[in-house]
Formats: sequence, structure tokens, C-alpha cells
Amino acid sequence: MKLKNRLIISLACFTLFFTLVIVAVNLIKSGEKIERSPVILRKTLMFNERLWSKLFPPKNLSLERPSPPKGKLPRVNGRIGLETAPDVANYKIIVESPDKKITLPLSAIYATAKIGYSTEFRCIEGWSEDMQFAGARFSDFLDFYKLGRKSDGTYYNYVGLETPDRKYYVSIDMASMLHPQTLLAYEMNHSELRALNGAPLRLAIPIKYGYKSLKRVGKIIFSDTRPPDYWVEYGYDWYAGL
Amino acid sequence: MTKIVEKHSLIKRCTHWMNVALLCLMIWSGILIYWANDIYIVIPNELARALNINQRLAEGMAWHFFIMWGFVLNGLVYLAYLVCSGEWRFSNYNKIQKIAYTAVIIMAIWAVLSGLAIYKPVTLGWLTKILGGYEAARFQHFLMMCGFVIFIPIHVIQVLRAGWNNFRSMVAGYEIEK
Repeated sequence: MKLKNRLIISLACFTLFFTLVIVAVNLIKSGEKIERSPVILRKTLMFNERLWSKLFPPKNLSLERPSPPKGKLPRVNGRIGLETAPDVANYKIIVESPDKKITLPLSAIYATAKIGYSTEFRCIEGWSEDMQFAGARFSDFLDFYKLGRKSDGTYYNYVGLETPDRKYYVSIDMASMLHPQTLLAYEMNHSELRALNGAPLRLAIPIKYGYKSLKRVGKIIFSDTRPPDYWVEYGYDWYAGL
Repeated sequence: MTKIVEKHSLIKRCTHWMNVALLCLMIWSGILIYWANDIYIVIPNELARALNINQRLAEGMAWHFFIMWGFVLNGLVYLAYLVCSGEWRFSNYNKIQKIAYTAVIIMAIWAVLSGLAIYKPVTLGWLTKILGGYEAARFQHFLMMCGFVIFIPIHVIQVLRAGWNNFRSMVAGYEIEK
């Protein structure tokens, strides 16, 4: 009977489909990985990154939020690279690109105008908090010290940042680093930066998840190849653009 | 005298079962993400360990942002079908079914919009703002997930009560009327 065949075929397709889904999920989970993320998932993260950064180059500002009162302690999350006290008196920032390496004193950061804003700081874990940041705008810093560009005048593709002990490190696309809200910050919530929030100098990049806002900047690297990124090695997305 | 009635089209059946798989994967990966900051309903540590959903934030996000494509595309195909076929207006469901199935579609759309609002709160800042901000959008996204988790067992129980003829219609497409 025709109807019976139709039922059998339909039920077979139904069973086959769910079997395939379960097999596919398990194959993806147990298969090869790129930086701890299954290949197809990592490639999709990279596809999403290309799509979003092409469709919406990082131009929008992270919306201004009511400023937290002076002295309100910003939430602390993550102490990697901050285990020892910072040596503020002798603090140096190393700036490295393929063709040169320079060392700047901490005071170099005050050469450009102090920029400040209050906005939401968003952690990849799912929490967010209004925070105020102030410091040197990264693009001003680059202009002032003539950094970040190759001999032909174009920017390097990537910026890497590391803590002085090199235990925590991030890498970020140049377009996002040139965003007007990207700061080398020395102030949070209208007070001098505290050790656990990254004193004496941290990155503030509110257009990315918080794990990109590296605390205690010891080294800045310019490169056309992507410098390593701590959390990406644990399976997280590299772009992390919000 | 029995009569064979064509009840569910092939497109509808395919998108329905596809959605079952995709929605389950979205909820599962969403819970892996939610675990990292479980502020609305606290997941006890023992339960998280027993279900093996702890310490898997990165994995959850990678899955969520992979499956989302399937979930949205499949949903768009289904919505396009609903509108083009006219089934939205002329379906032969009873009133309660109509309300439930319309509600679940609205929930799915809301889940996608609130998801986008917390996925890209700067790029799509206008959307995040409309939904009441980042925190509010995250809560709405969680709420929609809860809605699905409540809807699914009710839906399954109703199908079980309606019987084989009803279930078969969503697999093979036809129903036999006596």
C-alpha cells in the first residue's frame, strides 16, 4: 500500500535525521581542534568575526552610562599577571615592532590629552558594570610617538599587549585599537588605578569583552601576524567584538 | 469510511524537526554560557557537576554562535512558509493551540532579538537600548529560554494525549479521519 510506504520512508528519514544530528555533534566534539575549539566551531567564530567587522567596522561608541561615584571600587575579576606588586617607581613600557624596539617611562603616557568616559564594562562571563575610565587615547599615543605604522605609512594589522611578567597577554585588531574609546588608562572611577585593576597602566577597550582590557601593560607589540592571546588558547573567540 | 487528510506540508515537517534539534542545542549551549554567571536561577555546584555543565563557557559560546545560524535560517524558512502559504490565517487549530503556537513564534523572534542585543551591544546599541539595556536584554533572553523549556513538555504531553495519528501527521504529513 502506498500510504504504508510513505509512512515507512518518513519514519526512516525521521530516525536517520536525529541519529545524524547526534553523530555529527559527537564527531565535532571529539574531532580536531584549533586552540581548544573544534575546527568547525573555531572556523565559524572566525567567519562571524569577518562578517561583523566587514559589515560594521568598529565605529559605534559604547554608550555613555551614569558615572559611578568617585572611589567606588570597580569589580575585580582575574589576577593572572598581577600576582606580584607592580614596580611603579621603575615602571617601563616596552614598545616593539618588527623594525624597532623602544622603552618608554610611565610618564610618557601623560604626553597626550586625558580622555575619560563612563560606560558599561562587559565580562564574557555574563556580568556587566558601569565603570569610568580615563587615560591616553591609544590612537593619540600612537600619533604622538609615531608608533604602529610601517615604513610605507600603513598601520600594522595587530596590536599585542602583555603584562610585565608575560603571564597574561592579548592581541587585538588595529581597527579596534584605533577606536576613540580605546585608552591606555591610569584612572578608574575617578581615582588612581588600584593594583588589582591594573595599576599603573591598563588597557580599556569597551567595544570588546573585558578579557581584552589587559591590566598592567608592560609591553605593546605591533605586528602583521596575530600575537598570542591568553583566553583564545582556552577556546574563547579571538575577536570578542561587541 | 476513512478519509486521508494532508495535514502538514513537507516544508513544515522539515523545519519543525530541524527546529527540535537546533533549539535543543541552543538551550544546551546557552546553559553552558549561563552557568558562568547564574544570577537568575542559581545552579547548585553538585547539580552542575552531575550534569557536566560546569567550566564550559568557551565551548558553550562556540556552539551557540555556530548553531545560531541554523536556528535563524530555519526559523526564517518557516516564517516565510507561514506567510506565503497563508497558513497563519487559515490554519485549522483550535483557539488555545493558535494562541500557544503564535506565542512560541513570538518568543523565538524575541529570543533572537534579545540574543543579538547581548551579542553585539555596541554594534547594535540601538537594539539593546530598545530592549531596555544590556542587563535587561540578557534577562529577556534567559526568560525566553525558560519559556521554551516550559512549552516543550506541555507540547509533548499534548501530542501524547492526542495519540499516534497526530504524531504521525508531523512525520509523514497525513492524518486519517474516520
